[in-house]
Amino acid sequence: MSGTFVGMPAFPTAAKAALGDTQLRHNLSHATGVIRAKRSKLVAEVEENLGWEDLRLAGAAVKDRALRDLETNLVLLEERLSAAGATVHWARDAAEANAIVVAVAKQHAAEEVVKVKSMVTQEIGLNEALEAEGISAWETDLAEIIVQLGHDLPSHILVPAIHRNRAEIREIFIREMGLVGKPAPEGLTDEPAALAGAAREHLREKFLRAKVAVSGANFAVAETGTLVVVESEGNGRMCLTLPDVLVSVVGIEKVVPSWTELDPLLRLLPRSSTGERMNPYTSTWTGVTPGDGPQEVHVVLLDNGRTNALADEVGRQALRCIRCSACLNVCPVYERTGGHAYGSVYPGPIGAILNPLLKGTGDAQTDSLPYASSLCGACFEACPVRIDIPEVLVHLRSKVVDGHRDDTVSKLEAVAFKGAAYVLSDAKRLSLAERGSGLAGRVLSRFGRTTLPGGRRAAGRIPGPGAAKWTSARDLPAPPAESFRAWWKRTDGGTK
Amino acid sequence: MRVALMVTCVNDAMFPETGKAVVTLLRRLGVDVEFPAAQTCCAQPMVNTGYLDEAVPVVRTFVDAFAGYDAIVTPSGSCAGSARHQHGIVAKRSGDAGLVQAVAETAPKTYELTEFLVDVLGVTDVGAYFPHRVTYHPTCHSLRMLGVGDRPRQLLEKVRGIRLTDLPKAEECCGFGGTFAVKNADTSIAMGADKARHVRDTGAEVLVAGDNSCLMHIGGVLSRQRSGVRVMHLAEILASTEDAPVLAAPAAPTRAQEAPR
Repeated sequence: MSGTFVGMPAFPTAAKAALGDTQLRHNLSHATGVIRAKRSKLVAEVEENLGWEDLRLAGAAVKDRALRDLETNLVLLEERLSAAGATVHWARDAAEANAIVVAVAKQHAAEEVVKVKSMVTQEIGLNEALEAEGISAWETDLAEIIVQLGHDLPSHILVPAIHRNRAEIREIFIREMGLVGKPAPEGLTDEPAALAGAAREHLREKFLRAKVAVSGANFAVAETGTLVVVESEGNGRMCLTLPDVLVSVVGIEKVVPSWTELDPLLRLLPRSSTGERMNPYTSTWTGVTPGDGPQEVHVVLLDNGRTNALADEVGRQALRCIRCSACLNVCPVYERTGGHAYGSVYPGPIGAILNPLLKGTGDAQTDSLPYASSLCGACFEACPVRIDIPEVLVHLRSKVVDGHRDDTVSKLEAVAFKGAAYVLSDAKRLSLAERGSGLAGRVLSRFGRTTLPGGRRAAGRIPGPGAAKWTSARDLPAPPAESFRAWWKRTDGGTK
Repeated sequence: MRVALMVTCVNDAMFPETGKAVVTLLRRLGVDVEFPAAQTCCAQPMVNTGYLDEAVPVVRTFVDAFAGYDAIVTPSGSCAGSARHQHGIVAKRSGDAGLVQAVAETAPKTYELTEFLVDVLGVTDVGAYFPHRVTYHPTCHSLRMLGVGDRPRQLLEKVRGIRLTDLPKAEECCGFGGTFAVKNADTSIAMGADKARHVRDTGAEVLVAGDNSCLMHIGGVLSRQRSGVRVMHLAEILASTEDAPVLAAPAAPTRAQEAPR
């Protein structure tokens, strides 16, 4: 019942549409501003006590160690899970993972499943795969319900309905809830507590009725075969404890060797994501506990491009990601375009690197993502596990360019950069080019009608590739008649 | 100490006054700065757009031009960041051990102007005079890639006559981002428009920063909006003195120039 990102245009086109949505711009600016402020306060608090940077380093080191021994950790995880009564499945890609979940649901003749909020099941399009088999997948996280009932797409990792305000949410609840279950109460207002209350009432019957639940996992502890889910609303706890059957889809990068290593990660995650010292609910479960909770437990260990990312020396650090979304909240590009423009369940700076790493470069939409950044570095600064996102972005841009080196017809940009490299690798050639630009500057200064504050002549709107895009909203200073190097030569460094 | 000015291609071709200001400033502080004429560009435009092979000859030109200097000073946080943090990537790509070695020599000797003034020369009062209302935008690469911290502010605070006003949301990117400004022009302009709004809110007559590329973008927006706010490189303010003010008061209009009655 939700939409799909398939067929989304490249980032610049999608962004243009989003930038025109004033309600979206307002909602995003407000929401990211609130989360940013909460996070900064807590980071400052940690800084005073033991040092935020030390905690980040510890978190990054834990994930790096886990990834370095990925095979050992995964095999141990499988062994311990099996010993604890869980059934472990391995899935190479989305299709394999979806088929496993569908098969489990069908074994129990389930017509519906309840879901804990999970990025990985969105990544593989599980809801759509279940729907194709006639099985309804009910999201139970408040923001996910808003997205699902609104036939919408998620636009944020943590708060997927960040692009909606309370008035819009109220309208969605009133219009849609009754069509798929308990309707919204009479006289529903847009007070957050009232909206949450309506969702609680709506969900209750689904929690109590469902036989099968589906989750992801924030972490998987190899030494005991324990999965960990952190959440805020308690809907996850309901899904993880009430149904008879529990299927968890877990990306292979989620494994950590031991409980000790959870320590820095569990301190970094809530502070970086919701701006809280501790998340309200942390659920851990180890296979099957007789007489308590689900009596049939499945774990699907998913690759879906993760080993490709691991093979990339620069890009592999992206697998440290703990899906906190701090990078989205501080990103000036994300704040203005919102998440949908990225055309993926993973938007923002992390999405701009994760998508090309998982899917590989080569299609126009994916290839546009590494360029969807001004490389300002705010994401790296905020990342709790120190993923140098700008470094990976630049690396992926080179992969995009390298992918076109054998094109029979070169892109205009490639020709331009070859030309620029020729000019810029020799000072004499550059000097000649500057004489040309100086001439253009003189013409502009003489005939141009635009003047910058301060008096310098400038170009207003001018045509041509690049120039038109620059000057659509920005005046361009006229080149000076004399370059610096020409001045230095003429005056012997300003001495004559 | 042999000190080289790395003027940057943008300043060379578009903003020569900034290069001249650095020369004036450093000479005033007793530094005999040289301009290696073989220099061109730091190769950042290629690297940041993904053209690593194209960056190789440009980086080669860079290390050849600046070999043997004790300090390479540049009025650009972004270009200093490129020389310090990206030349290694390009050298590795070239597979040329000689280039890797040469980059290892030049990279740590490259200083952004305020780093050189505060850390190497150990001065914050450079004897400047600039009696204007100014707001300062810390550019992303100087702030987050180099970590220049409050060095520019320390220098500005010692300028006589200056009235410094805080820029709201100063640390947020202006949206220039090199080829981002054209490849994602709409987003870039949206960011630039917000930055321009914050600049105008300060009531400053001059916006100052350490990177002319960012200033070309914000200044372009401010100009198009007919805001009456001009942009200036930090070096030009630091070079300005009572005897040689960079913004001289305009001469009184002559009779011929007066508006017709």
